[in-house]
Amino acid sequence: MDRRHTDREYEGELESLRERVLLMGAHVEEVLALAMRAYVDRNVLLARGTIELDSNIDQLELEIDEAAIQILARRQPVASDLRFITTTLKLVTDLERIGDLGVNICERVAELGADRSENPHDPIPRIADVAQAMVHDALDAFVAGDAVKANQVIDRDKTVDAYYAQLYPELLPRMMSNPSVVFESTRLLSIGKSLERLADHATNIAEMVVFMVKGQDVRHSGPASHQ
Amino acid sequence: MISKPTNRKGSRNEGSSGDDKSRWDEVSVSTLVPKMRTEDLHAYFGQAEVLKGISLKIAEKQVTAVIGPSGCGKSTFVRCLNRMHEVVPGARASGQVLLDKQNIYQGDVDAVRVRRRVGMVFQKPNPFPTMSIRDNVLAGLRLNGERPDDPDAVVEKMLQRVALWDEVKDILGRAGTGLSGGQQQRLCIARSLALEPEVLLMDEPCSALDPIATARVEELIHELRKSYTIVIVTHNMQQAARVANFTAFFYLGKLIEHDRTDVIFTRPKEQRTEDYITGRFG
Repeated sequence: MDRRHTDREYEGELESLRERVLLMGAHVEEVLALAMRAYVDRNVLLARGTIELDSNIDQLELEIDEAAIQILARRQPVASDLRFITTTLKLVTDLERIGDLGVNICERVAELGADRSENPHDPIPRIADVAQAMVHDALDAFVAGDAVKANQVIDRDKTVDAYYAQLYPELLPRMMSNPSVVFESTRLLSIGKSLERLADHATNIAEMVVFMVKGQDVRHSGPASHQ
Repeated sequence: MISKPTNRKGSRNEGSSGDDKSRWDEVSVSTLVPKMRTEDLHAYFGQAEVLKGISLKIAEKQVTAVIGPSGCGKSTFVRCLNRMHEVVPGARASGQVLLDKQNIYQGDVDAVRVRRRVGMVFQKPNPFPTMSIRDNVLAGLRLNGERPDDPDAVVEKMLQRVALWDEVKDILGRAGTGLSGGQQQRLCIARSLALEPEVLLMDEPCSALDPIATARVEELIHELRKSYTIVIVTHNMQQAARVANFTAFFYLGKLIEHDRTDVIFTRPKEQRTEDYITGRFG
């Protein structure tokens, strides 16, 4: 994909599409980063402000869809160009969902308010760290056309799933022994679920990147096929 | 309201009938049954070598598209498949071209007989200008010294086969050149088919036609491949993608890649194929 098209205008259209996907990705990462900062700081104002940013992501999704359809109709792309366009069309749906999940986290943070219970081992940040890194690396893999990095993202989904599976057993004894933390814990479970879901979307993006780079569909085929 | 595509393959339901061979079948180039095969085929115009050792299998009763930039040798290649290349003064070929395992360049093989078995349709529709539609269909047979018992039946059968009968059955005595470009091209295909060839070579058969006439010829190609082996040379890559089961990419007289059409247009293996079909050739 590092070779330029003879038709400079076409080259420009593809480049502009790629840039808009990157911009959308940057907005999504920003929403996640702010959502997690709002969570850690219990900053309701920041959470509410972050929710407002989601409209930028939605707008970019519409623009990218439109531009991709224009290229399909007018350029009839094939081979790596076709894989890039179809990947882009599918990828923005996952990116938009990741943005929505960031909003869901902000909504839960707003419900939590400024107060927090004493909990020396907050399980949320470790899930968030892996999930956010997966989103970041999936986008990096898309930009660089790096199937190895994409496969690493796919493999990391297991870690997020394992952390999420531990969340309920960790929170349940606290809720049973202290009913005053039930409200907070249910919000934490919801945030954990959002993080687990957004890691799934990052995995989808990574799978699409493998297809874009290698022309090989690795969805629904187990870890062995990712190599 | 979604209108029905002119090209029947555009309709999913009709295109998936049981007896119809799917374009997306899993036949690979390594397992295809060849009707024709070239082995180390070289072709020259005087001192200039335009084909540099082409070894390619042409799948039986399938459509093989030959694509590549101007001057890559694709037209010369198909003209070697029925010994039309040598008709040009100073032109010669070496290597083997096998038709059902027989080398058509062997000394005792009659080139005229080869051309009956391997017919050709050209870029520009070329009905004989002084002949009627009917006589155009029969022209090939007559040039070969044949007089069919029932010429009218031959005319109807061939015009039916190219889906032209209903359009011309009442004007068979009129000049073939009075038809539209698309009709003329289908008439020329009927003229080739009258000789009952086994292989049909088509050199840019739609480049002079409008999109509707092109869709009709492409629809015809889908029909014809049930009975004939077809090789089509085209500059139009979308056309290759639409009609061909297999696609061969030629560059500078060499075969760069030959694979199933869906593979060529979604994940070609060779960088030069990728560069050409995506428009990255400078």
